[in-house]
Amino acid sequence: MGILELDHVTLALGGKRVLNDVTADFWAGHIHALIGQNGAGKSTLAGAIMGLPDYRHLSGDIRFEGASIKDLPVDERARRGITLAWQEPARFEGLTVRKFVAAGAKDKSRERVAAALEAMGLEPKEYLDRAADKTLSGGERKRVELASILALDPKLVLMDEPDSGIDVAALDHIFRALDDLKQKGATVILITHSLTVLKQAEHAFLMCCGRVLDKGSVDKIGGYFENKCIPCDHVNVPDASEIAEVAS
Amino acid sequence: MSKTKDALVEELLASIGMTHAQLLGEDVARLQVHHNKVIGSHLLPGLEVDVDEKPDGIAAAIRVREGVAIEKPVHVCFGMLPEEGLQEIELDVDIEPEASASILAHCTFPNAKNVEHKMDARIQIGSGATYAYFERHVHGAEGGVFVLPKASVIVGEGGRFKTEFELIKGRVGAIDIRYDVECHSRSVLEMIARISGRGEDKITIHETGRLVGESARAALTSHIALRDDARAEVYNTLTASAPNTRGHVDCKEIVQGNALAKAVPIVEVNDPTAHVTHEAAIGSVDSRQLQTLLARGLTEDEAVELIIEGLLS
Repeated sequence: MGILELDHVTLALGGKRVLNDVTADFWAGHIHALIGQNGAGKSTLAGAIMGLPDYRHLSGDIRFEGASIKDLPVDERARRGITLAWQEPARFEGLTVRKFVAAGAKDKSRERVAAALEAMGLEPKEYLDRAADKTLSGGERKRVELASILALDPKLVLMDEPDSGIDVAALDHIFRALDDLKQKGATVILITHSLTVLKQAEHAFLMCCGRVLDKGSVDKIGGYFENKCIPCDHVNVPDASEIAEVAS
Repeated sequence: MSKTKDALVEELLASIGMTHAQLLGEDVARLQVHHNKVIGSHLLPGLEVDVDEKPDGIAAAIRVREGVAIEKPVHVCFGMLPEEGLQEIELDVDIEPEASASILAHCTFPNAKNVEHKMDARIQIGSGATYAYFERHVHGAEGGVFVLPKASVIVGEGGRFKTEFELIKGRVGAIDIRYDVECHSRSVLEMIARISGRGEDKITIHETGRLVGESARAALTSHIALRDDARAEVYNTLTASAPNTRGHVDCKEIVQGNALAKAVPIVEVNDPTAHVTHEAAIGSVDSRQLQTLLARGLTEDEAVELIIEGLLS
């Protein structure tokens, strides 16, 4: 049994099935990846696991540490140890980086916040008193967001497109943060369409058209995504026969 | 007055989280007024204060002599401890050429149920002079205060004027700010208001900056958070009538519950080389900010508090 179980999760938005009978287990302490093209349903699935308002009316079940969390609001799921790093982190006008990073942390001390920033390659002296707003670059905001997650000591981290909008050097810090989370026993689910990010994972799930088409090793799923999925002509709208063929 | 002046000073300062001992440095000027009595003061060379005690307040003339720089903020405390009453403050401020001073003013009415606090200020900032006035209000939980700060300001050539009005702790009651500032050549004006309203608080702001001198610059900023049935109307006006003037008006209001906000930025430009911009945003708490904090385990109330704290910081 995994730390997180998705049991026939189906979600319709605007009359369209954006998650279609998704069943999957995620093992505790492992780094998993959800890979697929834009519109495959990866971020939607992350939102459904986190319990974001637009993604609450689903059928099926979501269990965390053996208990259903389907009916729990976002903050209650977070207090049980689940958190989400957005692809585009929010800007907080007037709020200092220190306050933002400490917001959900049990240990709100300067030292804990500084350590989280350092882990993301951000010099505490330079960032603690800065505003977590538009004066930070996209890459800086991304790293501050991840620092806030490190400071939580979470059990499960949903990380949506961790490489978007950042340079190569910053990506190294993000990969180190993944190692840090794993060493502390956290489970990570990476949402990506980057093979570079995929390689940081230990297991992968291939998503297309709201379904999990396949799962397995990173090499297997990465190879499929690289060689077959992207060039295929269904552009994320496969017909039933194609899904059946892939699933088999 | 049954209490001693020292006891009143301590009580007024305690209501704003300060102690008398914090202000005892010889290099820190101060003036403390309870209702219509000066209960404490300390002046420095070059800083002159003449006070007339009136039936319901004071009239004070403050002058900073030419070329004098007051290094540390002058601490001013206006307040009333009783539940009811009227306090009228008349200020005549003259910052002479090339002088500089800043004032940290606390206005505290911790027990107010029906208190009226009026300030009428005439401020003259000489050429090359700098004057900053930071006014922090501390009200009680009842909201029984009517605050009417009014100021007419002239900023001379190359002068700088910055004013910040903050009312974040306690209930507003009713507040009506009316500031009018005339900016001469190469002068700089910055006006900031940060106010948090709850219950049935009523907030009205009329701030006007008039850029009449070449290359004068101004920024008017109002950040308001409203909850419950609070109401706010913000009228920020910036006129630019001289060459190469620059200005910006910024009004942001967060509205929760049944609160109602109105923002009217008025920009008037009649010189082709002037450039004035404005932005006004009224809305609920940003949903992405809220969801981010909820996903960190904060309750909705805690998250909203933090977002508002950021807006008003």
